[in-house]
Amino acid sequence: MNFIPDALEGLISLEYRHGFETSIESDEIPKGLSEDTVRLISARKNEPEFLLEWRLEAYRRWLKMTPPTWASVHYPPIDYQDIIYYSAPKSQKDGPKSLDEVDPELLKTYEKLGIPLHERAILAGVAVDAVFDSVSVATTFKDKLAEVGIIFCSFSEAVQHHPELIKQYLGTVVPVQDNFYAALNSAVFSDGSFVYIPPGVRCPMELSTYFRINAKNTGQFERTLIIADRGASVSYLEGCTAPMRDENQLHAAVVELVALEDAKIKYSTVQNWYPGDKEGRGGIYNFVTKRGDCRGARSHISWTQVETGSAITWKYPSVILRGKDSVGEFYSVALTNHRQQADTGTKMIHIGKNTRSTIVSKGISAGFGQQAYRGLVRMARSATGARNHTQCDSLLLGDRCQAHTFPYIEVKNHTATVEHEASTSRIGEDQLFFCRQRGLSAEDAVSMIVNGFCKEVFKELPMEFAVEAQKLLGVSLEGSVG
Amino acid sequence: MLSIKNLQASVGDKPILKGINLDVKAGEVHAIMGPNGSGKSTLSNVLAGRENATVTGGSVTYQGKDLLALAVEERAREGIFLAFQYPVEIPGVGNVYLLKAALNAQRKHRGLPELDAMDFLALVKDKMKLMEMNESMLYRAVNEGFSGGEKKRNEILQMVVLEPSLAILDETDSGLDIDALKVVSHGVNSLRSPDRAMILVTHYQRLLDYIKPDFVHVLSDGRIQRSGGPELALELEREGYAWVGNETNEGVVAP
Repeated sequence: MNFIPDALEGLISLEYRHGFETSIESDEIPKGLSEDTVRLISARKNEPEFLLEWRLEAYRRWLKMTPPTWASVHYPPIDYQDIIYYSAPKSQKDGPKSLDEVDPELLKTYEKLGIPLHERAILAGVAVDAVFDSVSVATTFKDKLAEVGIIFCSFSEAVQHHPELIKQYLGTVVPVQDNFYAALNSAVFSDGSFVYIPPGVRCPMELSTYFRINAKNTGQFERTLIIADRGASVSYLEGCTAPMRDENQLHAAVVELVALEDAKIKYSTVQNWYPGDKEGRGGIYNFVTKRGDCRGARSHISWTQVETGSAITWKYPSVILRGKDSVGEFYSVALTNHRQQADTGTKMIHIGKNTRSTIVSKGISAGFGQQAYRGLVRMARSATGARNHTQCDSLLLGDRCQAHTFPYIEVKNHTATVEHEASTSRIGEDQLFFCRQRGLSAEDAVSMIVNGFCKEVFKELPMEFAVEAQKLLGVSLEGSVG
Repeated sequence: MLSIKNLQASVGDKPILKGINLDVKAGEVHAIMGPNGSGKSTLSNVLAGRENATVTGGSVTYQGKDLLALAVEERAREGIFLAFQYPVEIPGVGNVYLLKAALNAQRKHRGLPELDAMDFLALVKDKMKLMEMNESMLYRAVNEGFSGGEKKRNEILQMVVLEPSLAILDETDSGLDIDALKVVSHGVNSLRSPDRAMILVTHYQRLLDYIKPDFVHVLSDGRIQRSGGPELALELEREGYAWVGNETNEGVVAP
């Protein structure tokens, strides 16, 4: 029976809709990486001495490291001397004072992506820190947030205005030597976002950053640091789209989250980087280190990700559960289609007493897509009464894709509880037939079934993102009734 | 409304239907009875367009159209409804969502405006009363964790919401206790009308106590061996299917 290729044709052959390029002049430094490159980046950004030293330390360690090979992904070796490590849109050299000063070309780009900064920010109550290549070009609502003491700005600004916070927290969750890509990022990161929520403050709006890669051959090395002080809470959204291009591009970001006592951080991602074409040409290499540290008692960190883009995804948003009674969550939908590869999952490191974690991973493979869930649950000797529940489901569309599950479980405390459930299923011919017999087209039926499969994760996303995520899966909105 | 002429179909290499002839007019209820393996379910599936059976000969005309040339969803939108013998579960997809999407896909096809959430809910809640179903079932995933009886009720709920022109009920009575059977029959009977036809596919006569057919056909070995009125079902109940087989061996063909 070959009903699946037909039924899925529509979904699988969806063109990448964000493939366009904005022509603006860029201020680039020459290709290649050396100690001088690191110094040059730091100098361009007028950074304090401690940060330059930190970068150089990372660079020296990176030189001695090798790329990880344990993931189930395959790609030719990357020539790190063939990458431009810093690119800033020229018109932004002095930084915009307001939206009016933002290059209209840039704003148009965002509009095509469906993010009209003005309206979106005002109507949806979302403050947008738009990262265009390496420099933040627009930050909205900053003043309003500042009234309650919240700092939400580009990483570069934070370095200039709040160096003490950077010094105190940078690299404390993901140390420079953590892994090859994290070390590289630490040496050459160009910009990113910074958030600080003061004690007891509940952030009054969702904070959002749209990342976008534009200039050719520009490795993008974002650095994000979010700190929720005692009793603070924040929900942060990150969305990514990139224009169509033939060469592979490296995206090696680092995100660090710190939650102090009773603090809560919810971090949501919709990742839609260019996945490459049907034959697997082009696309983004998304090699990202994301980690949260539940440093205080009763703190709570939640990762939600919808990964539909990138040629290769290598990503394990993790939580270190240090504070007693702290909670870590990971909700993930990953879709691999055509020749896409994804090796993604999480690490839940239980150190504190009565810490709890939940992992829900939904993997969808279509075409020749390759997907692996890789997750570690570690119960340290000190993690008395800790609990984890993992649920890990894979859905296969067609018969040429693959899904693998690699759960790693380490338990050193006998009072800890670890549960793991896993399933792999195919979209059933009977399910499709049933939906079509009720009058739905095959494409709508597939969308509906896939959407149902992902529901547990989508319900964790903030509303606007849930909509976008469902659209990304080629799906009409479910649950608008009742 | 429906005219089946010398229909032949195989599953894999195995011929299952070996020349079915059947005419169904608007307003009529036909029961198709037969032993296991006689081809009852294959006939239902072929009419609905399921791809696991391959039509190898004959024709089916539905409301003047060549039914076999239509895709599954086109047949559904033209008013053909199949109540499944084994309703499938669709995890995560709300019952209410599936129903609304299905109804609106069909309305759109017929050039009717799509129902909004409010109008749809009013309609479906009304139909749920008829089926004696708890409203909470609307918000559960399609058939997930439903009992056998609940699944069958859910099928008939879909039928009364979609109001098909031709309803095919495949072994709807199997797995139902007597109370559920009454409710399901009540739902089916509520749909009987001069412009609607039904085909009841069943192994047992029991269902026909509640839904009175106009015609009864006995299917065996891929052919309709006998046709008659409701009394034929009673005869079958008394004698069993064995004598149909015997007569077949003696060369009796459908009238």
